[in-house]
Amino acid sequence: MKIKEIAKLLDAQVLCGDEFLDNEVYSACGSDMMSDVLAFVKDQSILLTGLLNSQVIRTAEMMDMRCIVFVRNKRPCADVIELAKENGITILASPDRMYEACGRLYAAGLKGGCTSEK
Amino acid sequence: MEEQLRFRYEVDGDNFTSAGEASVSVKKKLRQLGFAPEIIRRVSIAMYEGEINMVIHAHGGRADVVVSKDKIEITLDDDGPGIPNVELAMQEGFSTAPDNIRSLGFGAGMGLPNMKRYTDTMKIQTELGKGTKIIMTVNI
Ligand SMILES: Nc1ncnc2c1ncn2[C@@H]1O[C@H](COP(=O)(O)OP(=O)(O)OP(=O)(O)O)[C@@H](O)[C@H]1O
Ligand SMILES: [Mg+2]
Repeated sequence: MKIKEIAKLLDAQVLCGDEFLDNEVYSACGSDMMSDVLAFVKDQSILLTGLLNSQVIRTAEMMDMRCIVFVRNKRPCADVIELAKENGITILASPDRMYEACGRLYAAGLKGGCTSEK
Repeated sequence: MEEQLRFRYEVDGDNFTSAGEASVSVKKKLRQLGFAPEIIRRVSIAMYEGEINMVIHAHGGRADVVVSKDKIEITLDDDGPGIPNVELAMQEGFSTAPDNIRSLGFGAGMGLPNMKRYTDTMKIQTELGKGTKIIMTVNI
């Protein structure tokens, strides 16, 4: 699925990284606990979260995730957006709540792909 | 590559916003050095978890990364409170993080287990009231 299709499914605004909207992503992960994201993700390229701090961006960067969706219409501050730009990460902001956002993507065929390492 | 490469970082314990910067920087350096993505990911995640731990549990510390011929070694060294029961701390889900840390997305009690999972060796030296030193290696 392309990032732009995800933006459409989630009725999301693109806050940065427009240039990557045509990139393909294959799986996603939704969490507000960064160490959970770091534990179970493998080759997931989208992170859905309700958290807004710079660690969200760094966590995504650690996992090689290419796109972050902030749910419930939350807007990160300019510094956080700047950090995402520096790391080549697309940020989407969706009015959906976490459960709905994940559900919509899953129903559209984007899987979780959660396998822990080793 | 005969000689070793060494990167050293001071990790600021008073600034949560910058927590993780050192690990992001190491990740970029390892990329430039051309390591496989899987190796880079394991090193940087393990270091990131340790770096965040130093910020939230130990008022900051120091991070050293040494790249040698056959392995990458990450040392995290702090002057924090120490870990009273390492075996307990290593269990998934064990955390002493307060609510304000949880609201920042940390405190799942997954950091130390993740560090162990992503590395080939991990040693913890800790003394109450003195600090904690964690040495991890990832084989290349
Ligand atoms: N450097 C350290 N100094 C003192 N205590 C530590 C240190 N690192 C970890 N601990 C202790 O070990 C516990 C478990 O650490 P771990 O990283 O597994 O979980 P956490 O940091 O609480 O949550 P998470 O990593 O999931 O965000 C911590 O809650 C803390 O009590
Ligand atoms: Mg931790």
